[in-house]
Amino acid sequence: MTSTAQSIRDRVRKAIKGQKQKTVTVLSCLLAVEDELGWIPAEAVEEVAEFTEATINDVWGVVSFYTNFQTQPLGKHRMEVCWGPTCHLVGAQKVADQVLKSLGLPSEGTTADGAITLRYNTCLGACSNAPVVSVDHHLMGRMTPSHAADAAERLKRGESIGGGHAS
Amino acid sequence: MPPNFAELKSAAQQRQQELSSKPWIRVGTALCGKAAGADAVIAALKSELQKRHMQATISEVGCLGPCFAEPLVDVSAPNTPRVVYHNVTPEMACHIVQSHLVHHKPAADLALGVVDAGGVMPGLAKLADHPMMKGQVRIALRNAGHVDPMDIYQYIANDGYAALHKALTSMTAEQVREQVTKSGLRGRGGAAFPTGTKWNFLAVSKQPVKYVLVNCEEGDPGAFNDKGILESDPHSLLEGLILSGYATGAIKGYVFIRHGHEGPIDRTWKAIDQAYELGLLGKNILGSNFGFDAEVALTGDSYVAGEETALMEAIEGKRSMPRYRPPFPAQVGLFGKPSNINNVKTLSYVPQIILKGGDWFASIGQDKSKGTAILCLSGDLKYTGLMEVPLGVTMRHVIENMAGGSRSGKRIKVLQTGGPLGGVLSGDGMDIALDFEVMAKAGAILGSGGIIAADESTCVVDLTRNLVAFCQYESCGKCFPCRTGMSHLLEVLERICRFEGTAQDLELMRSVGQSMQAGSLCGHGQLGFNPVSSALKFFGSEFDQHLRDKVCPTGRCNEPWNPPVKTRRY
Repeated sequence: MTSTAQSIRDRVRKAIKGQKQKTVTVLSCLLAVEDELGWIPAEAVEEVAEFTEATINDVWGVVSFYTNFQTQPLGKHRMEVCWGPTCHLVGAQKVADQVLKSLGLPSEGTTADGAITLRYNTCLGACSNAPVVSVDHHLMGRMTPSHAADAAERLKRGESIGGGHAS
Repeated sequence: MPPNFAELKSAAQQRQQELSSKPWIRVGTALCGKAAGADAVIAALKSELQKRHMQATISEVGCLGPCFAEPLVDVSAPNTPRVVYHNVTPEMACHIVQSHLVHHKPAADLALGVVDAGGVMPGLAKLADHPMMKGQVRIALRNAGHVDPMDIYQYIANDGYAALHKALTSMTAEQVREQVTKSGLRGRGGAAFPTGTKWNFLAVSKQPVKYVLVNCEEGDPGAFNDKGILESDPHSLLEGLILSGYATGAIKGYVFIRHGHEGPIDRTWKAIDQAYELGLLGKNILGSNFGFDAEVALTGDSYVAGEETALMEAIEGKRSMPRYRPPFPAQVGLFGKPSNINNVKTLSYVPQIILKGGDWFASIGQDKSKGTAILCLSGDLKYTGLMEVPLGVTMRHVIENMAGGSRSGKRIKVLQTGGPLGGVLSGDGMDIALDFEVMAKAGAILGSGGIIAADESTCVVDLTRNLVAFCQYESCGKCFPCRTGMSHLLEVLERICRFEGTAQDLELMRSVGQSMQAGSLCGHGQLGFNPVSSALKFFGSEFDQHLRDKVCPTGRCNEPWNPPVKTRRY
């Protein structure tokens, strides 16, 4: 076993054991792994199956059902563009198009250098300040295409971005 | 030995006095505040106070309601009025500290309104007179934006846990259920089922292990009131949950929240931890014989997880697909035990109902719709945000007066209410009352309370395509009429928006919709045709223009359309 694989297993085990709530399930373990790693490697599926006494197939069934679980490593930074109806009505499509253009991506996915992953989200929850984009889990509201381009450029330069109304 | 209630109350009052005796700055850090930049404002406030060696408390509060004006900074100090400042930037925050706290002169030009003037303040309007605040009746939202959600003592100082104390010391479980029944409270998650009746279903079960579950899945785009309550005043929900446990004989409550929303999750956990510390959860609550536990259960991204039987599957850690009914949850629910599922809003009303009586709650609202509606206003509106109004007010009053009409000044063309499955209403039909029966008759639902407004620049066919894309993306895949039906509807709508629709397309969609309604297990498939049927009902001519004349009157359909493509899940 390589040391990377071992370190992934160690982190997974720690995440699974460190859950706060009493009701521990396949789903709760997977969410804990996602918090720790950002994605669900095959090693994690094995560890979760063993810990919860479920089968590997049971665990894969849950991984493949919830749309937040990714089975490929994500980029260093994550950008999410909301396409819920409120955001859609007030210009989310133009924001999304601009982000795709700035990142050089044809659709959702990770940039070639592995730096930034773009995903669409059905609702980020800040509808009253739509359109909304989230960068590394920080919400940014009242977005325009130029604000979005600015955020994408800053991420590409490796700057960290706090939440808020981009300006 | 945990402190008794009188001791808790006096500790809470003392804490409140301490807070009021020095400058107190509240900053809204619910999702709306965060998205508008509250974090940067707090950093600026902290550094300004430090620079000036000033002592002040900074509290991160929830959502006061006027999200359009976030970041909101609410400043109070002894001998000066309490003022709420709007759209605050880090630079403005420094100016506010200087003006309000150093010179004791509120910065009138930056103010949204005065909360408690303590006398007349020339040049400053009362916050309660703001169009969005005027006419609100705040029951579930009474503390939102005012108390620090992470401080249980602030909740206790504002009547908190008094209802639980009252119930445990002077009411039987049956009497609690009677008051809830008398109040006329109906579920606010969408189905509007009488809460007292639901509680009775669970109470009759003699099984020793029963559960009460709170639904804060809230995957509805355009709805943020459940998350808003948990972020603003989680103890209101928690007290309601404990009361529901007492009333139904349940031993444990689960608060079910979608993973990834740190604000509501962290604040709910903190509330639970504090309640355990003070003896409000656990064994022998407030010295009584009643014991109750609570914890947060998280779900992954799945809209259908908000359906009550799918929710139980998710708490059990499985794929959140609905179960067959019967058996109903009150007989066989979570982990096979009898269970009740209530929405966050529903339970948040309960403490006030127990404290003030069912008759008091029933005196608000109209006909069979008692109490208030907690609305999330978003879209092309001047004042967007969270508000609580008595049921029975008209949609027109809410949209035109309280939300200030459209931002652009154009006519409101379409309203999308009650989540994506709720369908759309025409802007011409705004004279209907916010009332479960009236709304249903008009072909819409009040549902979760989300209202998305759109002005005349909106293409309804494009909006319908977006709503159906959501429903297609979120179908859990269990029932084929929903799974394949949604995909067919989206395909047809995409074709219509490309002006490649055919004369048979509308009939084709109706036939697919009928199959979905007849052949689906849960509301997702049964109601999944609502966006299309309601759009056809009110805006049929717009579909005709796309189909026959091959034009989109607003030009929206000439623009690119790149929805997320999802092929996993099933």
